[in-house]
Amino acid sequence: MSQENRHYVFYILLLLLLGITPVRAGTIQVCPDCDVKSIQHGINIAQERDTLIIKEGVYAEFNILINKPLTLLGQNYPVVDGNEKGEVFRIVSDGVRIEGLFIINVGVSYTSDHAAIRVVRSKDFQIVNNRFENLFFGIFLEKSSHGVVDSNQILGIARDEYNSGNGIHLWYSNNILVKDNNIEGVRDGIYLEFADTIRIRGNQSRKNLRYGLHFMFSNDNIYSDNLFENNGAGVAVMFSKKIRMTGNRFRKNWGPAAYGMLLKEINDAEITGNLFEENTVGINIEGSNRITYRGNNFVSNGWAIRVLGACYSNAFSRNNFLHNSFDLSYNSNVNDNSFEGNYWSSYSGYDLDKNGVGDVPHRPVKLFSYIVNRTPETLILLRSLFMDLIDFSERVSPVFTPDNLVDSQPQMRLIQ
Amino acid sequence: MLKILKYSFYDLMRSRWSYVYFLFYLLLGFVLLFLNNDLSKAVITLMNIIIILVPLIATIFGVMYFYNSREFTELLLAQPLKRSSIFMGQYLGVAGSLTLSLCLGLGLPFLLYGLFKSGAILNFSMLILIGALLTFIFTGLAFNIALSNENRIKGFGYAVLLWLFMAVIYDGLFLLTLIAFEEYPLDTFSLAATVFNPIDLSRILILLKLDISALLGYTGAVFKNFLGTGLGFLISAAALLLWTVLPVWSLSFKAKKKDF
Repeated sequence: MSQENRHYVFYILLLLLLGITPVRAGTIQVCPDCDVKSIQHGINIAQERDTLIIKEGVYAEFNILINKPLTLLGQNYPVVDGNEKGEVFRIVSDGVRIEGLFIINVGVSYTSDHAAIRVVRSKDFQIVNNRFENLFFGIFLEKSSHGVVDSNQILGIARDEYNSGNGIHLWYSNNILVKDNNIEGVRDGIYLEFADTIRIRGNQSRKNLRYGLHFMFSNDNIYSDNLFENNGAGVAVMFSKKIRMTGNRFRKNWGPAAYGMLLKEINDAEITGNLFEENTVGINIEGSNRITYRGNNFVSNGWAIRVLGACYSNAFSRNNFLHNSFDLSYNSNVNDNSFEGNYWSSYSGYDLDKNGVGDVPHRPVKLFSYIVNRTPETLILLRSLFMDLIDFSERVSPVFTPDNLVDSQPQMRLIQ
Repeated sequence: MLKILKYSFYDLMRSRWSYVYFLFYLLLGFVLLFLNNDLSKAVITLMNIIIILVPLIATIFGVMYFYNSREFTELLLAQPLKRSSIFMGQYLGVAGSLTLSLCLGLGLPFLLYGLFKSGAILNFSMLILIGALLTFIFTGLAFNIALSNENRIKGFGYAVLLWLFMAVIYDGLFLLTLIAFEEYPLDTFSLAATVFNPIDLSRILILLKLDISALLGYTGAVFKNFLGTGLGFLISAAALLLWTVLPVWSLSFKAKKKDF
């Protein structure tokens, strides 16, 4: 080792020591039998960058204000009981970490959005491994950025939309990572409004009243590998641009207005490698343009894709459509979208030259889906021989379905 | 009655047609399972076939058997036997042997492909049950037709027409009515209309299994109550049973009055 290198090592060690020293400065123990009995008291006496270790017990506190960079660390999930009086934590400082708390009984209000943890105009926060029950809003991020919301369990008992809140709510926030959370029984599992460059990964959102994940006016976001199951609708993406949706699973979103995914006024998005299984409608598309759908699996849905007007230049390629009652439904006979090289389990053509591509183009829109759009009661005639006959004749010479809506390269084998 | 049933049954079991019918289903089952190894998917395909094919075969076979055994029937009528037991015996013999062919023909391939180890057992038993009910219903209807028509050609004609009506024409008329009156609330009507056709009823029972996610897409409250709960299943099953009893009742009624 040369002299110069030794200097470097010395300086690095010095820097490390300097860096560690202030963090180690203080830990404050909070427990029902300690000197510090309440969390708020602990925060008040703490220095910046101290750690509050909150021991097991019940802390009946609400409107706790965190106004300096602190770490709150719960041991064995201490219960913070808001007694339904208001919000529980409010973070107004940068660099706050909350970990391992069990927060219950957030007050329901019709005038303000009480949350278990609210972050206001702050940066670099970390909300990790907490549990929430009986809540109004779970985690409310307001004009905040560069934070992490990781591995939280949110379990609500929402019954009506008007008096319930959202699990994780992002409002005018950006650059936030939301990952591995488990959200159940709230209004919207994760809600984004005016929130840009958010990454949402590996969350599970189930049994929520309205949507598993809801975007409004939020651009440049990525969500991937999430599970949305049994929600009013899986994911609603509205009025947003440049969203990437990859590797998510949308399952069992059942009901008259239930969708796996609802796209409304979405432009330039990318939807790849998702699984839509047993939803009433897999994807409902309205007024959305220039979206790429690639490598998705649509399995056993009522409608795999329902296109309602004003959708231009969308490209569907290399998707699998398996055993859906209707693969595709259109409400007009004009088509500006392309469907190339998908696998359709309802394809009845052949492949004589054995190149893996069917020799006869496939027409995914059935006449019956038109009839159902017009007179919904006719749904009861699904799978009757008569319907199969008229579907067949329409397929041979299309009159009602868009003439150019064909997959000219239907795959013969399931696309892996 | 039991003796006649036994006689009809054994007679049919020895006949070529029963074997053809049995072999047909055996082949169908094996081919389907060979082409795709998935039991539950094969069950779905079979369901579509069964609700069309079973009524056709039951109708034709019922009429054919009745006309062919007419001389024997007349011989029996000369004996001190109750009329209802003669016809009931024959009816049960035909329907029973057809059902047996169906059960064995489809059951064997599925058993060999491991039915009990798969989750498809419930769907499969429902399929067999629906097949059996349809056999009984359409054999009964065929006997009624044959009993009312001395002329064989006419009888066959009516029987085929009956099948065509139930399988295709009924749905066409149904659809036209729905579209013509689309301005009106049609929930109750559309559900009621299915009850009057056993093929539609069987189809609904199958839809409740397969396409429930699509069916729930319709917003009507009546539909939702009917399809979304066990109610729909119960009502359709009850109506199907009623359909089985009605032709039998009418058969015994007609048989009593008929002048041979």
